Amino acid sequence: MADKVAFELVSPEKLLFSGEVDMVVLPASEGDMGVMPGHAPVIATIRPGTICIFNGNSVEKRLFVAGGFVEVTEERCTVLADTATPVEDIDLGAAQTLVKDLGEDVSHAKTEEEKAKAEANLVVAQAKLQAVETPAYR
Amino acid sequence: MASLKDLKTRISSVQSTRRITSAMKMVAAAKLKRAQEAAEAARPFAERMERMLGSLAAGVTGDGAPKLLAGTGDDQTHLLVVVTSDRGLCGGFNGSITRAVKRRIEALTSQGKTVKVIAIGRKGVAVMRREYRDKLVASYEELMKPAPAFEQADEVVAKIVSMFEAGEFDVCTLYYNKFISALTQEVTPLQLIPFSNVGSDDKGDEGEVSESGAAYEFEPNEEEILEALLPKNLSVQVFRSMLESFASEQGARMTAMDNATRNAGDMINSLSITYNRARQAQITKELIEIISGAEAL
Repeated sequence: MADKVAFELVSPEKLLFSGEVDMVVLPASEGDMGVMPGHAPVIATIRPGTICIFNGNSVEKRLFVAGGFVEVTEERCTVLADTATPVEDIDLGAAQTLVKDLGEDVSHAKTEEEKAKAEANLVVAQAKLQAVETPAYR
Repeated sequence: MASLKDLKTRISSVQSTRRITSAMKMVAAAKLKRAQEAAEAARPFAERMERMLGSLAAGVTGDGAPKLLAGTGDDQTHLLVVVTSDRGLCGGFNGSITRAVKRRIEALTSQGKTVKVIAIGRKGVAVMRREYRDKLVASYEELMKPAPAFEQADEVVAKIVSMFEAGEFDVCTLYYNKFISALTQEVTPLQLIPFSNVGSDDKGDEGEVSESGAAYEFEPNEEEILEALLPKNLSVQVFRSMLESFASEQGARMTAMDNATRNAGDMINSLSITYNRARQAQITKELIEIISGAEAL
């Protein structure tokens, strides 16, 4: 058995990451999921959060995803993300303002539809902010 | 015959036309390169999406299949999505696609089917609005500015899905220019709903089987994933066709402008020949006048 996972992260625009890694921790919709070589085949949805790529005992790279899908087999792990950004590229100030603005949008929303949309955006923005402020596995 | 001055103005105006067309050609060539790269960069996502959907779709058969996958089982109302460009001056690019769509609309209406149209791109919107005002249900202009983005494809798909859920159509087909090379584009119909790839991925009823032979687990569950994945797949398809169409547009414009530049060059040549002849004729005429004047003395 291979002792590495072939991990790929693709967004509609481009291939963001492709390489052999020791472990990936994914924010699956029903809880975080660590993928190591030999993982049982799974297809799962992803909630907004941070993907941590481990090489050795430390996190090599953190990437924020706004949602998507993951397909895991014994040898590889493929994430189809809606949008993905390396955490170090996120601007803390901009993320904070975004959360604040969207919070206002939610309270000002007139229709149910608008409210649901604003709330969904808010969840993504909050996850983004969290990704910068309190990174996991430090 | 045109006077010398007229010829001169004519030549200089054709010269400036040539300068513009050759500049446009170069701009299109630069954009083409970028558009082509974007289309290639989007490929991995679409491929993996297909693979994932294939392994999912094979497992869901029969009545349990979502309507987006299986269709309504009817084909009375057709929705045509037409992807064109926002700007002109790109040869037969928009003409060929609107012609194909018109043919399709005529064919469908003569069979007694109902047709609805969504137009993307200003040029297509104009034609469809003029000819099929009653059939046009939505139009998007300047969607691909400065370049196609996934959110924009999502916007179109959201509209399509909400119409489908409201039962406003049964079959959805997308028409776009497929990029073959910088010189050739091909009008391609792509059926979006029902999902047309199902047949090829049907591996039997044993459940989905990965390459290693093990069945997939699903989290949260198969139906929910499929429900989320199918609209996403539509967005990917639309996004892909937008990218292809954008690359085709640049290719078509490059070719058209290249031809225009060449034609302008030819025209300048023939005009300068005429101009030189006329000038020579005038000089000869003046010489003759002087000589005959001198002889008369």
